[in-house]
Amino acid sequence: MIINRFFPQFMHKDTGGKWLLSLLALVTIIVIIFNFLIPLLLPEMSALHMPTYMVTLLGKYLCLALLAIALDLVWGYCGILSLGHAAFFALGGYAMGMYLMRQIGDRGVYGNPELPDFMVFLNWQELPWYWIGFDSFAFTALMILLVPGLLAYVFGWMTFRSRVTGVYLSIMTQAMTYALMLAFFRNEMGLGGNNGLTDFKDILGFSLQSDGTRIIIFSLSALALALGYITSRFIVESKLGKTVVAIRDAELRTRFIGYKVEDYKLWIFVFSAMLAGVAGALYVPQVGIINPGEFSPINSIELAIWVAIGGRGTLFGAVIGALLVNYAKTYFTGALPEFWLFALGTLFIVSTLYLPKGIVGLFERIKNKNSDQNKQAENKLEEKTA
Amino acid sequence: MNTLTQVKHKFQDVLRRDRTFNHTLQGMHSIQGNELDISHKTVLYLEDVSVSFDGFQALNKLSLYIDDGELRCIIGPNGAGKTTMMDVITGKTRPDAGTVYFGQTMDLTQMAEHDIATAGIGRKFQKPTIFPEHSVWENLELAMKTDKGVWHTLFTVLTSEQKDRIEEVMLTIGLQALCYVKAELLSHGQKQWLEIGMLLMQDPRVLLVDEPVAGMTHQEMDRTAELLTSLAGKHSVVVVEHDMDFVRSIANQVTVLHEGSVLAEGTMDEVQNNQKVIEVYLGE
Ligand SMILES: Nc1ncnc2c1ncn2[C@@H]1O[C@H](COP(=O)(O)OP(=O)(O)OP(=O)(O)O)[C@@H](O)[C@H]1O
Ligand SMILES: [Mg+2]
Repeated sequence: MIINRFFPQFMHKDTGGKWLLSLLALVTIIVIIFNFLIPLLLPEMSALHMPTYMVTLLGKYLCLALLAIALDLVWGYCGILSLGHAAFFALGGYAMGMYLMRQIGDRGVYGNPELPDFMVFLNWQELPWYWIGFDSFAFTALMILLVPGLLAYVFGWMTFRSRVTGVYLSIMTQAMTYALMLAFFRNEMGLGGNNGLTDFKDILGFSLQSDGTRIIIFSLSALALALGYITSRFIVESKLGKTVVAIRDAELRTRFIGYKVEDYKLWIFVFSAMLAGVAGALYVPQVGIINPGEFSPINSIELAIWVAIGGRGTLFGAVIGALLVNYAKTYFTGALPEFWLFALGTLFIVSTLYLPKGIVGLFERIKNKNSDQNKQAENKLEEKTA
Repeated sequence: MNTLTQVKHKFQDVLRRDRTFNHTLQGMHSIQGNELDISHKTVLYLEDVSVSFDGFQALNKLSLYIDDGELRCIIGPNGAGKTTMMDVITGKTRPDAGTVYFGQTMDLTQMAEHDIATAGIGRKFQKPTIFPEHSVWENLELAMKTDKGVWHTLFTVLTSEQKDRIEEVMLTIGLQALCYVKAELLSHGQKQWLEIGMLLMQDPRVLLVDEPVAGMTHQEMDRTAELLTSLAGKHSVVVVEHDMDFVRSIANQVTVLHEGSVLAEGTMDEVQNNQKVIEVYLGE
């Protein structure tokens, strides 16, 4: 297949992934051409482009898809049902939000060059120590990875070492994200309390309101999703990936052939948290706000539902699930807001009852049926020719 | 050039699993510098080992010595504590009292399960436990004796020697035709064989084999007997089995467990003629 030339060796068998990435590349190129290049070079033809709000909406979906991949790695492959993954997403988002706050400078309502508006409002005299460094984008980028990674490391180290598994672990992750939500709601945290961080102006000197910046952030989200997907595929195709699945299916056996199970769980958990952090960081400039609501336990549960509906343990299933459910959510919250939670619940029940392997499993079933028919046809052919 | 490789080595050194996750080692015994010492011919020592579950005495001052290269069969009625004994040796269950040594120096009661496995004790479970979603080949690959740290496992690729080794084991267990078949599709007997194959891939010093022939046909049983006897000598093999014909066909030394301690020890004939044994086990 020619298409394989564009993909690394470890993706050659991943038909779904190849489709997904090709589609993603196509959409990104179209958006860049019609929304960026044509308006720039041929202003008179600029009527052709997609509305920018739609591009941004799509960019948001891509970030959520990246978050879904992160959860699929730990849940679908390693069997750790984390119901607190939105917390890592939110932490990445807050790190980005702090950088964007510093970028406002003295253009806030109070015009204070040193302090963000909410601190002036609270009569704070100086910047808390943990805000130091967020003027620098490089430092922020590091924190986007480090803060979620560190939390995952500490949490994972304590729980995996004590061999907490199953429902207990899920409950603990819920407790973690809930505790963080309560903490971030407090004004004393110095992160904007229940209003969170908002009123962002620009990023790296480019205005967040301009179409060009938005297109670029969208493209970066697409790139992050593609790279995140490829890296995750590399991991699950490696021997480490096989070991992680082995842990999911027979933890004791894995231990008794000499693998230190805790290390493996910790590694994949930390990696996944960092991925979620990146997703959150790209999400925030596109929605223009980050507040403690992102930590709310229901978000993490919804995330698990996307992955379940899309299909666990395939990576692209998670992406499909995230895109579909979020599209449905946008539609429903516009048209019939009261019904969204019911719709989501119904979707979840139907998918667990009739599609245990999600949408991806449905595709596979259809494909297998076809190939079965092919085989039967071949057999008949052989009989006839014999 | 030289400095470049030096930097590379430094970098690899920093990223090594035990460096990165240094404090997760929790003061467990490290195997390095603690090589297996079998200068006294005995490879496994269990002395006065007791285990109780909620007041029920599963092992009661059990003492057992396994020599290097020996093939030992352990028999005993249901609930005698045979599986519990293996749990104690492999670190799954910690004894309430007693000592368990691997060679002269390694105190197994202080080591983590994965360290015990890497040190050279392999185990087959009573209920065949394999990786259902992986192919036969992958099952063997995962079990292979090699560096099992996280970072190494992420980047490792099979060398041709390692592939040969997997082929070889696959031939021994007779599953080469099913190489790419998912392990969950194997029959019960084939699963048993696969698990034995995984044991072989680990190349352990001591093999603990819990009921290897359950669910096997007579032919398969004969082949298992052949395999286990051929392994003895290079490895020590401890077999727990209920099937008396099978035990007779492989064992020279038999230990009878009863209510958590050793009832009798000797050749099959000696054991079978032992009055106490007849009373509790064979006579029934
Ligand atoms: N985790 C546990 N908790 C409570 N009781 C246990 C546990 N493990 C084993 N036991 C009990 O300890 C006793 C010894 O069990 P063990 O599995 O060692 O017997 P066995 O000799 O292997 O028997 P079998 O021939 O049936 O396999 C049994 O009575 C069992 O019920
Ligand atoms: Mg048993």
